[in-house]
Amino acid sequence: MTEPAPRPVLVRGASLLGERTADLLLRDGVVAEVGERGSLAAGDARVVDADGLVALPGLVDLHTHLREPGREDAETVLTGSRAAAAGGFTAVLAMANTSPVTDTAEAAERVLDLGRAAGLVDVQPVGAVTHGLAGEELAELGLMARSRARVRVFSDDGRCVANARVMRRALEYVKAFGGVVSQHAQDPDLAGPASCCHEGELSGRLGLPGWPGVAEEVIVARDVMLARHAGSRVHVAHASTAGTVEVLRWARAQGIAVTAEVTPHHLLLTTDLLSGYDPTFKVNPPLRPDEDVEALRAALADGTIDAVATDHAPHARHDKEHAFVDAAFGMVGLETALPVVATTMVATGRMTWADVARTMSTTPAAIAGLAGHGAALVVGAPANLTLVDPTATRVVDRDASVSRSRNNPWHGRELTGAVRATVLRGRPTLLDGELVDPAVG
Amino acid sequence: MPTPQTPDDRDVPTVDAPADAPADAAGRVVLDARDISRVLTRISHEILERNKGPQDLVLLGIPTRGVGLARRIAARIAATEGVEVPVGALDVTFYRDDLRQQPTRGPQRTQVPPGGIDGRTVVLVDDVLFSGRTVRAALDAMNDLGRPEVVRLAVLVDRGHRQLPIRADHVGKNLPSARTERVMVRLEELDGRDEVRIAGPGEER
Amino acid sequence: MRRHLLSVDDVDADEIAALLATATEMHDVQRRQVKKLPALRGRTVINLFFEDSTRTRSSFEIAGKWLSADTVNITGKGSSASKGESLRDTVRTIAAMGVDALVIRHGASGSAQQVAQWVDASVVNAGDGTHEHPSQALLDAYTLQQRMGPLEGRHVVLVGDLTHSRVFRSNVKCLTKLGAEVTAVAPPTLMPSGVEAWSREAGFATSYDLDEVLPKADAVMMLRVQRERMAGGYFPSAREYTVGYGLTRDRLDVLGPDVPICHPGPMNRGLEIAADAADAAQSLVLDQVSAGVAVRMAILYHLLAGEDS
Repeated sequence: MTEPAPRPVLVRGASLLGERTADLLLRDGVVAEVGERGSLAAGDARVVDADGLVALPGLVDLHTHLREPGREDAETVLTGSRAAAAGGFTAVLAMANTSPVTDTAEAAERVLDLGRAAGLVDVQPVGAVTHGLAGEELAELGLMARSRARVRVFSDDGRCVANARVMRRALEYVKAFGGVVSQHAQDPDLAGPASCCHEGELSGRLGLPGWPGVAEEVIVARDVMLARHAGSRVHVAHASTAGTVEVLRWARAQGIAVTAEVTPHHLLLTTDLLSGYDPTFKVNPPLRPDEDVEALRAALADGTIDAVATDHAPHARHDKEHAFVDAAFGMVGLETALPVVATTMVATGRMTWADVARTMSTTPAAIAGLAGHGAALVVGAPANLTLVDPTATRVVDRDASVSRSRNNPWHGRELTGAVRATVLRGRPTLLDGELVDPAVG
Repeated sequence: MPTPQTPDDRDVPTVDAPADAPADAAGRVVLDARDISRVLTRISHEILERNKGPQDLVLLGIPTRGVGLARRIAARIAATEGVEVPVGALDVTFYRDDLRQQPTRGPQRTQVPPGGIDGRTVVLVDDVLFSGRTVRAALDAMNDLGRPEVVRLAVLVDRGHRQLPIRADHVGKNLPSARTERVMVRLEELDGRDEVRIAGPGEER
Repeated sequence: MRRHLLSVDDVDADEIAALLATATEMHDVQRRQVKKLPALRGRTVINLFFEDSTRTRSSFEIAGKWLSADTVNITGKGSSASKGESLRDTVRTIAAMGVDALVIRHGASGSAQQVAQWVDASVVNAGDGTHEHPSQALLDAYTLQQRMGPLEGRHVVLVGDLTHSRVFRSNVKCLTKLGAEVTAVAPPTLMPSGVEAWSREAGFATSYDLDEVLPKADAVMMLRVQRERMAGGYFPSAREYTVGYGLTRDRLDVLGPDVPICHPGPMNRGLEIAADAADAAQSLVLDQVSAGVAVRMAILYHLLAGEDS
């Protein structure tokens, strides 16, 4: 697919990674020039005043649910792309648990094409590890890898690849094309489908089926050993416990090729939010206690956890309006991910904006093998970038979301840091906080 | 869950009659302890006279103060006739027609004497007769407890302003009053002294 | 919006005392020939039961009828989720018929609390999953009080499948509010998760050893143990459970003849309670059922008799 060359953009006076202020001229999809503040001439370029804004390489989300095909009432590739652009993302990995499942080359290409048609963000399909997410037979991993979608990340997310033999084979097989298995770590015998509340005092009091941290930790521990044995790469999706962090730290010290992500909600929201049985806060893995949240923040700051990934999980309203144990798991997150990270990690001094660029762009792009993303903003780099107002505060209003769904756990919460602009290959998808429709822009 | 109220005055049948929680000195005394004693003695005699003796009598007091009055009447009958007339309590809370006009009220005890009320002459005893709605509720309540042969009504004070076709058989004192005035009955066993007061609407409680 | 009874948390000690006092009057009504009060005439109470429960449903139904409310039973097997309709839609549809109270039994913890946010009617929790069963706790307290007098300072021992018991959760709250000392006894696998912190904060004791606790009991409440729990590995066999935690003939002797025994039913005779114990003179099992109607009358009366607020 060829895109018409967009009008050049001059980003005036942005603070690159919060470190030095510069002008950036974006032309023909790349960063054409970088100069001292005020040094670059606008010419025919559209000028974006970035005074006081931090420029980051375009954000990359390793973990998004776009629901299309199958649940277009909750989200579509287009509406999810809008949410991604509004959240500062230039690439998202679309999880495979759609209906039908993304477990064939054709299904992967369809998602890719839907993303290109939307044109707001690079939608990179994730392929299922096993056929139909059933955990039994490998999906056609190689064909998905060879397809136009060039699938490199495989995941049965929503379900754990629980069978050790299947997981071992998947890890071995993806070595042939540099793939990685992203594991939803949940031992189904320790945390079954009904498990919906962190197992602890609160689940005991509320009488909710517990989801113990150990159900995640035993799978992470098993998988790092399998990765070592297979000489392959494993990625831990939505790490949620201090125990997982300990295992990751140990595995890294052993030189095992393991990477891990944490969601914004696990960095800020805690299990006590479930005390009112509000399914808005029902997510898998569940919200954890303070100790886990603190361990995850520390691990993100020190690099034990590599990346922030949203696990954006839109749901139609009626799928959340059941009794708590019957309601759907998941919460939206694309539009709030950066503000949550800014609030919990940057405003608290635990991370710099360079760390944000690393954990929300560079490293996730590397894990996913997305060549055009995550590059430093230097001359010749792809013009994918995000401009953030680091001091803006806003109260999240779920009805102001551009996602199709409203299962927003941040509603009513004040967050610091706002995405002001997003640029995909030189073309703005978000300007002054407003989406730019590619058909018009 | 709402906390039910247990007001100590059961004869506050209309919204415009404020619940009584009077201060000591509000209004003026219309019956003092001696008056009350004399009046109850008379009522006791009237009851016996009307019934031609104590046979088959049952006294049912309407809580709270009607129960105390019923006991006193029974004591006087015992003194006169040497017969213990059965005394019980008949709470009317569940039968009130104004339940939905106010916060939930908790009931008081209903106690039917062991012999029951079937075929008996039941004298309902209350402190103040006003609108008649309490008595109406009492008649309904009694209907669910049994079938007396005769039901009569004895009250310490009849202050008028009836809203239902009900009259008392035995009245301690007819007390003309304005609707807005408050009549407060106090009994030794509950309030520390015997007296009946009447107070204007604006008077200090 | 009217008030609800979703949890024992909704009532304080004074309110419990008032409810139980009203229940005493209701209990008298229950013994009369004409078992009918006009207090809730014109009110409509819907018993919405998503889970089978002959006992609780008929108890609420009789309670409503004796108070002259119009009572309607609606039973729905399985969760509404499996039928494609959201719980919110289900209850709003029913509430739209103009009901004053919804008595709801549902297999999911927290469902009554959720429903209360969705409808204008008063909501009474008749058992939500493994969370709470407040009317059961109130009737248990009533029954024990009738037998033992005030529960202040008395030692009540709860034994059984605590982790899956809504009766336990409601009772531990109710009994401690009334000043009773509570010891909860179960094998470790049937203790609620995090019970150490919970019991510390809520002021009750826990034990794995029934024989150590039993001699100090002023009352014993046996809770139902479902045989299906064995499949979950909660205990190895019915025989082993009974030896460890059943109220057996031998333990009945330890207890002495004056210590009341409660069981919310339905009983697994021979598993958690021996027939000798279930039928002993000190067993309050049938008193509990009888009190159930009176206490539920009191609950409905307190929620519905007064003005609309």
